[in-house]
Amino acid sequence: MADIQMDEIQKRMIEELADLHEVPVGAYNFRANSKLAGRNTTANIDIVSKEDGTGIDIRVKAGTKKESVHIPVVISASGIKETVYNDFFIEDDCDVVIVAGCGIHNCGKQDSQHDGVHRFFIGKNSKVKYVEKHYGDGDGDGKRILNPVTEVNMEEGSSMEMEMVQIKGVDSTKRTTNATLKADAKLVVHERLMTHGVQQADSIYNVILEGDGSSADIVSRSVARDTSYQKLDLCIRGDARCSGHTECDSIIMDNGRILAVPSLEANNVDAMLVHEAAIGKIAGDQLNKLMTLGLTEAEAEEQIINGFLK
Amino acid sequence: MLELKNISYGVEDNGDNKEIIKDLTLTISDGKFTVITGPNGGGKSTLAKLIAGIIKPTSGRIILDGEDITDMNITDRARKGVGFAFQQPVKFKGIKVIDLLRIAAGKDLKVAEACTYLSEVGLCARDYINREVNGSLSGGELKRIEIATVIARDVKLSVFDEPEAGIDLWSFQNLTRIFEKMRAERTSGSVVVISHQERLLKIADEIVVLANGKVKTQGKGEDILPTITGTDAAVDSCSMLN
Ligand SMILES: Nc1ncnc2c1ncn2[C@@H]1O[C@H](COP(=O)(O)OP(=O)(O)OP(=O)(O)O)[C@@H](O)[C@H]1O
Ligand SMILES: [Mg+2]
Repeated sequence: MADIQMDEIQKRMIEELADLHEVPVGAYNFRANSKLAGRNTTANIDIVSKEDGTGIDIRVKAGTKKESVHIPVVISASGIKETVYNDFFIEDDCDVVIVAGCGIHNCGKQDSQHDGVHRFFIGKNSKVKYVEKHYGDGDGDGKRILNPVTEVNMEEGSSMEMEMVQIKGVDSTKRTTNATLKADAKLVVHERLMTHGVQQADSIYNVILEGDGSSADIVSRSVARDTSYQKLDLCIRGDARCSGHTECDSIIMDNGRILAVPSLEANNVDAMLVHEAAIGKIAGDQLNKLMTLGLTEAEAEEQIINGFLK
Repeated sequence: MLELKNISYGVEDNGDNKEIIKDLTLTISDGKFTVITGPNGGGKSTLAKLIAGIIKPTSGRIILDGEDITDMNITDRARKGVGFAFQQPVKFKGIKVIDLLRIAAGKDLKVAEACTYLSEVGLCARDYINREVNGSLSGGELKRIEIATVIARDVKLSVFDEPEAGIDLWSFQNLTRIFEKMRAERTSGSVVVISHQERLLKIADEIVVLANGKVKTQGKGEDILPTITGTDAAVDSCSMLN
């Protein structure tokens, strides 16, 4: 990563987060230990720091197609606590991929915390794919804390596909996603969550289907191991002729605990809202099948969990 | 050779002990194609699970090639060469057909190799190799994949629990061919199929009739087949109720 100013640990974190092994093509903004480590803009995508220094504005010009924006954040120093506001202004008729993510490497005694507030303003008929990955490592006593807030405002006919992944190493997280959809807007969310040890994760979705023909599909798959705890709130409100579906599918292992609190609110007779939720341990027949193929119980569990969270 | 010696298996049923397998003794010889048949509820699947180690007998011993495997877990038995195709195939989220075949083969199968197994069970490999082994596959497709995983294991004792269930008549011929081929290629091991199908019974070297948790009859296919095709299966089950 030639023109990016980061050390080896930070570069490794970026690889974990974004599968990036080199500087990405397209626009990017790398933030390391609360400082700008590299930025690139393109003819269609501009990135500017907010005047008060609290974050960045990403502006994507109308009609921009097949371009991408990477905005990874890494924290490798102990004791950093920051809140960052990133605003995405996607004009009409775009088709872009946005990859965000935050990695915390904490070897120290103090807690490190990154609270990212991402706001999306998605123009008419624009298509956005958003990938957000959270990752933590380092063996210090200091906690790794991430509290992301995502706000999505979708104009008519726009669509957004969100992939939210947090599989490893984040001690405490409270993730909140709020979305409002105008007519014919479409939101699809795939969340993957795994907690270990004494970790705690809250994931809250509040989706409002405001316009006729809008739709939302939120699928959350999670695994709680050891003595970790998860609270999953998937809420959809339908104010128009719309369709909403939430699915919360969880595996508990060891002494893990999960509280799923789904809610549906229909304020229009043509709102079609569906919720599905299932929590349970790994099915015995799944383990048995893989064991009859020669895997040990632990290997079978690993295969089942890996598949489940894929 | 697989020997089942005085096997009993009981479950707790409303406070009572319900014997499903009753002091059963049976030998499955090498190089043979054995079909186990008998009325519904007779204990066939239970017996298969006892062989695979999914359940443990209340009493009796299970001996594989002279080695007592009664106390071995499923994994160890699988590694000793026991293969088992479930009557009801298990579904997985996120695990693909190729993943399952790789686990079964115990190595990083090439796509072409994996395809061979699927073709053998009559699936157009290209369409299936990357599908997830989940509820989006039809019952018959799942059943064929289940059979393919056991073929891919290539072990000395393969037990198939009602492989024909859900498989259409057109493909049935192929299924019969699979077992004939397995028998031809495996002179040292054995293939055990639990089935109600006359066409499979017809190609059996050995037939075992299991009813009410016991071996009712066992013998050469050609000797046993005429004694069961003439009878009405329903009569058997009704007499079980008495
Ligand atoms: N865990 C259990 N608890 C209570 N009863 C059981 C249990 N497992 C099996 N059984 C009973 O044992 C009997 C034998 O079941 P099994 O599944 O082995 O029959 P089967 O011969 O395979 O029948 P089929 O031809 O219908 O597949 C049945 O009456 C079944 O209801
Ligand atoms: Mg059965």
